[in-house]
Amino acid sequence: MNMSEHTQQNEHKTEGTPLLDDPRMSTRGVDVFYGDKQAIFNVDLDIGKNQVLAMIGPSGCGKSTFLRCLNRMNDTIDICKVTGSISLDGEDIYDRKIDVVELRARVGMVFQKPNPFPKSIYENVAYGPRIHGLVDHKVDLDEIVEKSLVRCGLWKEVRDRLDQPATGLSGGQQQRLCIARAIAINPEVVLMDEPCSALDPIATATVEELISELSERFTISIVTHSMQQAARVSQRTAYFHLGKLIEVGDTDQIFTNPTHQLTEEYITGRIG
Amino acid sequence: MTTDVDKHNLEKRRAHIKKRYKAERRFRSFGIAAVSFGLLCVVILFTDIIGKGMGAFRQTYVQMEMTFDANTLGITDANDQAQVKGANFGGLVKKNLRDAYPQYKTRKDKKALYGIVSSEIGLILRDDLLANPEKLGTTETIWLLADDDIDMHYKYALGTDKQVGRISELQKNIVDELHAAGKVEKRFNRLFFTNAASREPELAGIKGALMGSFLTLIVTLILSFPIGIATAIYLEEFAPKNKITDFIEVNINNLAAVPSIIFGLLGLAIFINFFGVPRSVPLVGGLVLALMTLPTIIISSRAAIKAVPPSIREAAYGMGASKMQTVTHHVLPLAMPGMLTGTIIGMAQALGETAPLLMIGMVAFIVDVPSSITDSATVLPVQIFLWADSPERAFIERTSAAIMVLLAFLIVMNSFAVWLRKKLERRW
Repeated sequence: MNMSEHTQQNEHKTEGTPLLDDPRMSTRGVDVFYGDKQAIFNVDLDIGKNQVLAMIGPSGCGKSTFLRCLNRMNDTIDICKVTGSISLDGEDIYDRKIDVVELRARVGMVFQKPNPFPKSIYENVAYGPRIHGLVDHKVDLDEIVEKSLVRCGLWKEVRDRLDQPATGLSGGQQQRLCIARAIAINPEVVLMDEPCSALDPIATATVEELISELSERFTISIVTHSMQQAARVSQRTAYFHLGKLIEVGDTDQIFTNPTHQLTEEYITGRIG
Repeated sequence: MTTDVDKHNLEKRRAHIKKRYKAERRFRSFGIAAVSFGLLCVVILFTDIIGKGMGAFRQTYVQMEMTFDANTLGITDANDQAQVKGANFGGLVKKNLRDAYPQYKTRKDKKALYGIVSSEIGLILRDDLLANPEKLGTTETIWLLADDDIDMHYKYALGTDKQVGRISELQKNIVDELHAAGKVEKRFNRLFFTNAASREPELAGIKGALMGSFLTLIVTLILSFPIGIATAIYLEEFAPKNKITDFIEVNINNLAAVPSIIFGLLGLAIFINFFGVPRSVPLVGGLVLALMTLPTIIISSRAAIKAVPPSIREAAYGMGASKMQTVTHHVLPLAMPGMLTGTIIGMAQALGETAPLLMIGMVAFIVDVPSSITDSATVLPVQIFLWADSPERAFIERTSAAIMVLLAFLIVMNSFAVWLRKKLERRW
């Protein structure tokens, strides 16, 4: 694709404040292709330190695809191609020198459907520290497991049955366990792909609270279908539409006073 | 107006519901009929085989006075093993028979008389004397293995006019006499399980074939399980999706459909003629059967790997697990039950396979029980084939008995596969 085509196709301009000073992660001119089909068009976006960034938009707008670029989960899809630059603390994560295994240890991920390993609760949380060689002694591992579970508010519920299968937990507990598993290796960024869409309202509330607490220590980027959820947990919100980043701004501003017409239509429920 | 339409729709719907239920019932009865037909066939097969084969587990023995006469044997010292081994035990048996029935004088009658006991009885007596040298010169009452024709007659035609096997009137009279005196009996046929193949039905057993099958299957398992699983993992998890892997996939599926005798030809051409592996040995049999079993194992293992939910892989990748870690920590443990089931089914197939083994010489008549993978051997299904081909009436019985043993092994293996799958699947 030559330059003129490129600019033509990506003529749109993102409204609001996509760029920040001193971001944790930043993307510049990111295009994503599935085979011949382009899914993401020229996204420039910064993710601030210890902030929760919510990504909203109608189904198929590319927000999940974009999220999965941030820890290179798209690498597992053969036909997926990512161009542009994405950096973590100023380092290009698509650089050849970057090891994807190490990157994913720094940028953790929580998925839409709770997906604990079919192992014990303990083993689930201990898995990350173990494969990354973070601990030498069982005592340290026990400590990490306990700390992670405490941080996710799961410790009290499961401490008597750490050796029980994780698949025996309820949906909300499983999702919190997945979050505990992700934070056990102390990542810098946690990506969450609609973490509450498979949960009931009570479990959702618990997880949302957890996200707010975690944002004190971690940078979080969350994709959500629920605008209320975005409003409740995030400091900044990005609105995607048909693969383009339409508008980014402080969450309050996006929900009360959107600049772009599409954003307004979406949050008022006219498209979605 | 709408009410009329509603009513009309209601009637149509009701009529339709009836039709649907009828179709359902019809379908169910077809299913039941099909299952019953299948079961009926199995029952007929089993009754036939068991009916024919049960007899082989009992063997007729006749009681006789046996004098270990040193003169007849032509030896002087029973402790001298060389002497005993060269002794004329055949003559000893004949002399004792003549002494017991002095009334039979003609050559023909005497020949019939000798035919009462197994022609190899001398060997049994020899082993007896080798073990107990003090018996020389003594007389004792012993039970001797009857000849197969006598065995057949005693089992199936005693006291009737039926002619079973090659048995003369004179022999029939002798058996009747012995029977009246309580000197004939049927015992559990231990020799069937402890002997290898023999020309004499009463001495033929399946131990050689069983050992051959066992050794062959071990070779097959050791080769095909790791290769099959490694292939499946590579193709599913690591191989790029391109024309070459498509080509490989098509060929693996083809391989599964290739007639097994082709594998025999392949084994003959490659393993025996090119690599010079000896003929008739479990090693080459195992190699050929491993080739034959590979597609089964690969296909079922790939299916098992495919069945592992993608969310588990995603979770592992998301945690920063490498591809190898994802496979060994998560995919393999979850796919293992399916892989093992496929392997056991493949093994059961290999156990029952005959055709390719005929091509590589495992059809030979082998009297020794093989003890290593380079000893000449035959396998159970080939033994069945060989016995089914033999003219002696007593081999018919043994064929069915060997089929029973083979079926028993297959049932055990397949039940084990089902049990294993259930057990491993229930873990979480």
